Amino acid sequence: MKKNNLPLVVTVVLLVCSASVVAARTGSAPNNPSNASAVVTGVVKFEGTVPKPTHIDMSQDPKCAKLHPAGVRYADIVADGNGGLENVVVFVASGLGDRTFDPPTEPAVIEQKGCLYEPHVVAMRANQELEVVNNDVTTHNIHPQPANNREWNKSQPPGLQIEETFAREEISIPVKCNMHPWMRSYIAVFKHPYFAVTGKNGSFDLKGLPPGTYTLKAWHETLGTATQTITIGAAESKQVEFVFKARPSM
Amino acid sequence: MRIRPQILYCSILLISLATGVASAQNAGASSGYPVAQGKLTEPEHRGKGLYRRYCVGCHGVRGDGNGENAPYLDPKPRDFTQATFKCRSTASGSLPLDSDLYATITRGIHASGMPSWNPLPSRDRSDLIAYIKTFSPRFHEEQPGPALPIPAEPPASAESTQRGAAVFQDMNCWSCHGKDGRGNGPSAHTLTDSRGYPITPYDLTTGSRFKCGESDRDLFRDLMTGLDGTPMPSFTDALKPDQLWDVVHYIRSLQTNHGQDGEAAMVGSKTETGK
Repeated sequence: MKKNNLPLVVTVVLLVCSASVVAARTGSAPNNPSNASAVVTGVVKFEGTVPKPTHIDMSQDPKCAKLHPAGVRYADIVADGNGGLENVVVFVASGLGDRTFDPPTEPAVIEQKGCLYEPHVVAMRANQELEVVNNDVTTHNIHPQPANNREWNKSQPPGLQIEETFAREEISIPVKCNMHPWMRSYIAVFKHPYFAVTGKNGSFDLKGLPPGTYTLKAWHETLGTATQTITIGAAESKQVEFVFKARPSM
Repeated sequence: MRIRPQILYCSILLISLATGVASAQNAGASSGYPVAQGKLTEPEHRGKGLYRRYCVGCHGVRGDGNGENAPYLDPKPRDFTQATFKCRSTASGSLPLDSDLYATITRGIHASGMPSWNPLPSRDRSDLIAYIKTFSPRFHEEQPGPALPIPAEPPASAESTQRGAAVFQDMNCWSCHGKDGRGNGPSAHTLTDSRGYPITPYDLTTGSRFKCGESDRDLFRDLMTGLDGTPMPSFTDALKPDQLWDVVHYIRSLQTNHGQDGEAAMVGSKTETGK
């Protein structure tokens, strides 16, 4: 009897070992970037004269206008004194092979506040929950217009919360409030966790990349996309700089 | 006033000719163009032949809405590759049910280039739906959500209409449709459909023929589901069913022609080109 069980035990042990190896290759380390060691940090810069912000006229909805007694100005190109460009999505475009990643359980959040979107650019994962919050005293409609995901369009009175998801990678989905035509935002959706949106000084970091050669891209809503390739080893840190130049018409 | 005999004969001849052509077309309605079957199922294959005969001129060979007639049409023909449909019984963002597509093909879409295909046999309309669904992988990857329920309509009353008017204001419907529902709200001139073409909000005071059906239940459904691919959002999370019925009653109160007899009600209504 014991002799007959031996092949079964060996098979089970082999299967368990194989499953562990597969899990290690496809999931656990990249799913938790803080455990991995390679880090790409960098800055996105804008070269040229930054266009002056334009005035937003909110007078059509007095509930919005009342929130900004001093007026509101908006610019799609926002850069600091050193040229650090804000609201750029920096991401790994290729090099991850067939690795797969589970979406995080915490939601990404986009807020309507002062009849503007906050943040202006949201980066999130495919199938991650997107929480849409309306903190204004007026009704909005949130209307993403994707090319590679399903389009939805929902009215959102004050206080109502909306949860939605996007199933496929897409960089980036324009979002509108048709009721307030000045409102515009972008949602970038990724199937992996290696992305960042630049802050006020144009800086970003991508943590926990497995060693390898990657195509990095930087996307800006009006300046387009810049690309470069990097090779990074285990426990290595790399500095990267992207530069967008002013268009001739600016 | 006397009509000259020559004009009378010519008119009779033209009417006979037109009737004959229409009748001949209807007689051949069930036959599509011969097309290769490839990997298509039998209904998809039949549908493809019918599509190539009746639909390709506007919706295009690839189903992307870029048929040869498309440049001359406003609103533009539906792009089936996106699987985004205005007239659905399902939630915003969901695929439509087959019954929704069947209803659209049968009814046509008022104030657009889409005619009623009611003269086609029922099987042809079903086969066309089978083929149209092959243009988008979404129909293989996703299931349409359930039809949103439409509760019984409460009686229309002055109070209901008044409540509906308040909801119309609170929900900012006026930002597109205008304070008095004439389609001239402050955002109206900025609106586009999802392909970027300008789109005009519905003038609720003159139009009583809505794109997705003309009954009160159809209007209720439009408010619930929104018209995907246009700026018209879904109000199903934002409003309770009673509030939606109040809005329906308010919209009806704006339509001075509503409730009059058929054709008479349409006299004087201007062409609508919006959502």
